[in-house]
Amino acid sequence: MYDVIIIGGGVVGCALARELSRYNLQLALLEKEVEVGFGTSKTNSGIIHAGHHSPPGTLKSKFEWAGNQMWGDLVKDLKFGFRRTGELLIAQQPEDLQFLDDLKKQGESKGVIGLEIWEPKRLQKEEPNLSHKILRALHAPTAAVINPYEACFGLIESARQNGVELFCSCPVLSIKQNKDGFSIRTPQQNFQSRIILNVAGVFADQVAAMVNADNFKISPRKGEEYMLDRRLQGIVTHLIFPTPSATSKGVLIIPTVDGPIMVGPTADDVNNREDFSTSFAGASKIFASVRKYCPAISERETITEFAGLRAVADTNDFIIEASSVSGFYNIAGIQSPGLTAAPAIATYVTEMLRADGLTLEEKSIWRADIDGPPRFSRMTAAERKAAILKDPAYGRIVCRCESVTEAEVLYAIKHGARTLDGVKFRVRAGMGRCQGGFCTTRIMDILSQTLGIPLTEITKRGQGSEVCIPRHDNISAGDGV
Amino acid sequence: MNSPLKKIYDVVIVGGGPAGLAAALGARKSGAGDILIIDREVEAGGILNQCIHSGFGLHYFKEELTGPEYAERFIQNIRSDNVDLLTDSYVIDISPALQLEIISGHYGYLSLQAKAVVLAMGCRERTRGAIRTPGFRPAGVMTAGLAQKMVNMKGLLPGRRIAILGSGDIGLIMARRLVLEGCDVVGVYELSPYSSGLTRNVVQCLDDFNIPLHLSATVAFIHGRDRVERLTIAPVDAQLTPDLGQSWDVDCDTLLLSIGLIPENELSTKLRLHMDPATGGPQVSSTLETSLPGVFACGNVLHVHDIVDFVSEESLRAGQFAAELAIGMRRPSDNIALHAGANIASCVPHSLSPDREQIIYLRVKKPMLNCILTIGDRYEKKFRKLIPAEMIRITLAPEVLDHYFGDNLKIDVRPQEVAE
Repeated sequence: MYDVIIIGGGVVGCALARELSRYNLQLALLEKEVEVGFGTSKTNSGIIHAGHHSPPGTLKSKFEWAGNQMWGDLVKDLKFGFRRTGELLIAQQPEDLQFLDDLKKQGESKGVIGLEIWEPKRLQKEEPNLSHKILRALHAPTAAVINPYEACFGLIESARQNGVELFCSCPVLSIKQNKDGFSIRTPQQNFQSRIILNVAGVFADQVAAMVNADNFKISPRKGEEYMLDRRLQGIVTHLIFPTPSATSKGVLIIPTVDGPIMVGPTADDVNNREDFSTSFAGASKIFASVRKYCPAISERETITEFAGLRAVADTNDFIIEASSVSGFYNIAGIQSPGLTAAPAIATYVTEMLRADGLTLEEKSIWRADIDGPPRFSRMTAAERKAAILKDPAYGRIVCRCESVTEAEVLYAIKHGARTLDGVKFRVRAGMGRCQGGFCTTRIMDILSQTLGIPLTEITKRGQGSEVCIPRHDNISAGDGV
Repeated sequence: MNSPLKKIYDVVIVGGGPAGLAAALGARKSGAGDILIIDREVEAGGILNQCIHSGFGLHYFKEELTGPEYAERFIQNIRSDNVDLLTDSYVIDISPALQLEIISGHYGYLSLQAKAVVLAMGCRERTRGAIRTPGFRPAGVMTAGLAQKMVNMKGLLPGRRIAILGSGDIGLIMARRLVLEGCDVVGVYELSPYSSGLTRNVVQCLDDFNIPLHLSATVAFIHGRDRVERLTIAPVDAQLTPDLGQSWDVDCDTLLLSIGLIPENELSTKLRLHMDPATGGPQVSSTLETSLPGVFACGNVLHVHDIVDFVSEESLRAGQFAAELAIGMRRPSDNIALHAGANIASCVPHSLSPDREQIIYLRVKKPMLNCILTIGDRYEKKFRKLIPAEMIRITLAPEVLDHYFGDNLKIDVRPQEVAE
């Protein structure tokens, strides 16, 4: 019997798991994918918004600025990739100028600090590679970039360290309400819990429907992103936002934490909740748009592309509430600025549970930080020497493009990586310009040896995505070959 | 563990593939003292080790060898020539004063000094991102070279029904290899109106095995959430834009990419060498020396070759020149600049000297029948057919070069009638 079960291991689910792990509760998190963060949280722009974007009076606005301020502390404990780059929202047309002023006022009314209008001279000094036709920009120093998947891994590791049980590859098939709470059926086992937190992202309405608590609909809105070669690293140093249109924040230029520039996202409503496909149209739209404000960016520099799905609720705001079913809470429709808001949502929901009568008794021992993954590529020469002396596995570089060592891959596996993507998103092996062309077989070997499974069971991201098949597996003994 | 390596080497070669191995032999031949090869893999030989098909060495050894056999001949010579070989090691930095920083799987963090450096890092394959193929991102999409490593070195198969995008040589070789392993190879799709692989590979690997080659066609969409399930193939027009109206679907579980090779010039860029955008490699003089004195380049890091025999020939010379510099011999000063002209995609080296016979490697931009290749006004050679896939090797004698002293030489390929 659990006190609370969290359904969904995206960034909000992971933040909730960690927040609740402070208290004496029996907690579990159920994730349908093979690892946490493998849905929307892995495939977004990786931005902590400055705090001024969302209009006042919405839940988005309430948690955007609050969440922004919490990430700075979280990174100290959880050691994920994070950098306060600041953001520049650029005006390309005279009619955009009013928007900049309005947004500045909106931000200031919410307490967002440091907002400043930059004239072209300042802009060109700070960002010389942006188009000189830009009229003005609104600088927001509180914006940051983050590796959202690393944030998920950090949050869940901290949660598990403090007693939360994690079940991956564990999709919820049905939920029944009973006198003690809920019975949850999954392919792995059945779970009993007093309280359910539904954080199932683009599937949140379907999970809610299992107990008839679905007074909302989620429709997926796809965003495509294009990652560019390291050659373009440093072409901009701030997050670059165009003035938004009615439907979208527009195509951003994102100087990612690890250096490479990423451009995106698109915003297209789709029907399929697993439509992670990229398109010719998306690519041409993104590059046509970006070229206008940063002419040096070209589609020829792409090293990889991906798409993610925003969970858009029909209310067009976050839904964070106790549902009509006692003990069943919906935390849904967490689209942009959901990543920014996640830690603030987690504390808010915790207080909501307390107000609803859940006894929250702080643990006598609760460890806030995790050791965090080693990062050979960020070490100085002296640190590298010391690391290799301590563990020779640091002397064996597995991923040449991103300088990832065997020691880091082993660390990733020790801390939960079970798949090629699990290794890739924890330690960047396979994320560079060769996209795993050279290191894939070596990482497969390490996974196979460490986990004690055959190479043919190694997957990209869970069952069904096996990377290879055994030789001659279709020849049976009776074939008389 | 204490490293048995020396602190100073005459010639340090970065990369132990065919280029690096030949460069070491060249350096030894020209009298260099201490020579070191550094390689990232646990065994030297580079990509040759996974090329278990035959066809190597026809020019260089005048006999047909497999890749590993070809590599082994060089490795044996390296051993008998007393060249230091440091495997499982990774050069992370080279200073302009030629100090190398190395992370070694055997000896940890090493620094050593070279008098000359030969860059022989080879190349990598272009990936899906480079051509932005739309669709899902399932398992089963991989470069042909990775599939080759899986099949030939790990004893695994990438899938059962294979489609191949791009007709590069590795893709063609893998088409045949996978048929022999019992897979269905459903087709090879090439964006250009001509193959980007060698004619002999099209014949021996596709035609002989009834594998269709679809020219002017590309993959317009990859279907399948977890594993490749289906591809949408579309013909492309003259601007290479896919015509989705005429597309068709192909069922398969694997898509191999053989869409080109990129010289691995990360160290070269760090060293701020002058690069040639046409080859993707550094600009080099007639002695294969880059814009940074003492740093030489050869093999696929300099420009992508199609046969290893030329890599060996070129690299042997790079090693010789590096050794000559290291032991203090005077190097010839180049006084002839070489430029790509009509229908020339790239040429190496970028300058020439009349001091000795010069070897020029070049590629055409577009296929041409019955054409004439001219270098300045004193050299011409007729060809029945030139194609981009096949590198052309030209030698120029000092007597011819003498006439070009101080010139800006241009290489052109034109139809024969026009050239008359």
